[in-house]
Amino acid sequence: MSAVTAEELRERVRAFLAEHDPAVEDRLDFLRARFDAGLAWVHYPVGLGGLAAPRQLQQVVDAELEAAGAPDNDPQRIGIGLGMAAPTILKFGDDEQRRRYLRPLWTGEEVWCQLFSEPGAGSDLAALSTRAVRDGDEWVVDGQKVWTSLAHTARFAILVARTDPELPKHKGLTYFLCDLTDPGVEVRPLRQITGEAEFNEVFLTGVRIPDSQRLGEVGQGWQVAMGTLMNERVAIGGSNTARESGMIGVVAEQWRQHPELRTPGLHDRLLRLWVEAEATRLTGQRLRQQLAVGSPGPEGSAVKLAFARLNQQISGFELELLGEAGLTYDDWTFRRPDTTDFTSRSAGYRYLRAKGNSIEGGTSEVLRNIIAERILGLPAEPRTDKDVPWKELPR
Amino acid sequence: MSAPDLLYSEVEEDLRAGVRRLLRDRCDWTSVLARCESDQPYDLDLWRTLAGELGLAALLVPEELGGAGASARELGVVAEELGRAVAPVPFLGNLLATTALTECADAEGVRELLPRLSDGSLVGTVAVPLTTAPHAPFPSAVKAEGATLTGTITSVVDLEVADRVLVPATDEDGPALYLVDTSAAGVTTTPATPLDLTRRIGTLDLSAVVAQRVGGDAVRVLRRALTVAAGTLASEQTGLAQLCLDSTVEYALTRYQFGRQIASFQAVKHRLADLWSGVSTARAAARGAADALTGSGEETELAVAVAQAYCSDLVVLAAEEALQLHGGIGMTWEHPVHLYLGRAKSSQLAFGIAERHRARIAELVGLES
Repeated sequence: MSAVTAEELRERVRAFLAEHDPAVEDRLDFLRARFDAGLAWVHYPVGLGGLAAPRQLQQVVDAELEAAGAPDNDPQRIGIGLGMAAPTILKFGDDEQRRRYLRPLWTGEEVWCQLFSEPGAGSDLAALSTRAVRDGDEWVVDGQKVWTSLAHTARFAILVARTDPELPKHKGLTYFLCDLTDPGVEVRPLRQITGEAEFNEVFLTGVRIPDSQRLGEVGQGWQVAMGTLMNERVAIGGSNTARESGMIGVVAEQWRQHPELRTPGLHDRLLRLWVEAEATRLTGQRLRQQLAVGSPGPEGSAVKLAFARLNQQISGFELELLGEAGLTYDDWTFRRPDTTDFTSRSAGYRYLRAKGNSIEGGTSEVLRNIIAERILGLPAEPRTDKDVPWKELPR
Repeated sequence: MSAPDLLYSEVEEDLRAGVRRLLRDRCDWTSVLARCESDQPYDLDLWRTLAGELGLAALLVPEELGGAGASARELGVVAEELGRAVAPVPFLGNLLATTALTECADAEGVRELLPRLSDGSLVGTVAVPLTTAPHAPFPSAVKAEGATLTGTITSVVDLEVADRVLVPATDEDGPALYLVDTSAAGVTTTPATPLDLTRRIGTLDLSAVVAQRVGGDAVRVLRRALTVAAGTLASEQTGLAQLCLDSTVEYALTRYQFGRQIASFQAVKHRLADLWSGVSTARAAARGAADALTGSGEETELAVAVAQAYCSDLVVLAAEEALQLHGGIGMTWEHPVHLYLGRAKSSQLAFGIAERHRARIAELVGLES
């Protein structure tokens, strides 16, 4: 099949809309039909929601469908599924797994979460100690995971577990697809410094996972997980934003609305932050343009580093700007939100929540090592754990 | 407003390769340093080659006026390469002059002059202090009576090699621009001892100099020239910052202390990683300005102000980090880091320090004090 052109794609969407009127068709029926028509993610293979078309043509489809008032597949809630699980299943899964999981993942009928981090293994992910022991056609999993967004609403999880403690830490891992409704899975909210629980702890006790839900070879878990995390970095660095969107927009509005709060020193700090935010926004835009022409650059790491630092500086600045009002907090009520909300809550919430930005998705320190080693070609950190069996490592 | 194109086109990459090749052959840092100490700090032979063979002296001048008819996007790529080489050529002054004169091409003599500024046979500049920000008030240092100019302007970039100077002056009708031949009677040029050895400044004294008034809206023309130059300087700063990063990485990999490469220390790695992030950001901001300069108006002014506010501080950080991470050798005359630092710090001051650009941004986006 030769590559689809933008015009052909537009025709295809119009033909699809002629048969499926979003104004009258049931939301889920519409989304399932859209998937089956290959208009879900056009760069995916035919039969798996795509047309094997160039990735950048997705925007043609999205624009046509949006103009027609088509329902979206709720990208906020299923972000982990779309950004991490789907590309991993596509790359490492077998045909059976792809057919089973990708469609309900894309339509949002099945929400996914990610069981990677552990209390003893965050940035050093390969140190994880959740065990999976083979028992016939099944694996028996025991351990504890943490920082799991969406675990309380998700049906499935991507899971990395240790299948051979005799091997060095990177080599004894295997990747699974875990059904969270299985016996032995317990999800507990993890209350954070903001007072709410965006994340969960997940306890796995004797959870039995069929071998057919293994992704990739036994012992290949690290390579599969790295593929997943590459997709996560692209997702974090690649979101499309307008000028003054995000936190800088919030604080700029505070400035405009409260002349009584202004001082010369605060003014210069605000403008410095504004410039940093705008330049960082352009860096993200440049990254997306590189992605669109098929040559992703390493700027995603720069954007993530800058985003974390900026969010922390801006939110700290905002409390100082607000003065007396900065002493207050909006709501300590224990809640379990689906998404991180940086704009509609109080300045105090933003200040506390932003502290996580330099930790989640890889700490800024680890990211700097990655930039230094992979991009600048500087020597790797000395490793004392590389060839030692995992079970002999100090923990 | 459509999103700016922040990438480099194939044509731009080809242009970059050509400029880089020539500069590698003709502009290594040892010869730059030797030249700085001679009585001919500018390499006008190199400039004529860049102008004649690659058309760099007047990229923005339309072809029918003798220029290369390119856009500010290609200009930005060239500026990156000139910054990367810390090239001692009168790029900035000539850019100011050709941009301004293109806007007044209808004036007598200007149409004939532009091809000669474009092919490098003449060099031009604009008589404003190099620190003048694009949105600064029109300069009032020179008075015109009839067609006779009197006044003194300091810190004029590239003055010592300029054959023609465009002088902002105030006459009976208000702000105006006059074209001065530096060999004319009553013109005195005095070179200053510059912090940046590779880009010179000087004082222009005019004592009853007979000059030609060129047409156009002088305020608008000068502002446009300064905006183009300031936006393009951001690309030059990005190129220089990249040079500082690259040479520091190279040095840190070859220099051993405590029995290991200094590049293996995490403290060094993290500083270089942060610098790389800064250079990536500077590149995006500079590309934003280069793309915006293909248009005009407040969006263009904003993009240029953002690029200058970011890049002019970043390039200084890059040079200062380079010096520190080079250790003792970075403090010596024999190593080129001091050339980078001089260029970086001076270019931070050029067309206004970051604080002035932030003030302009505040006006443009409604964040006044």
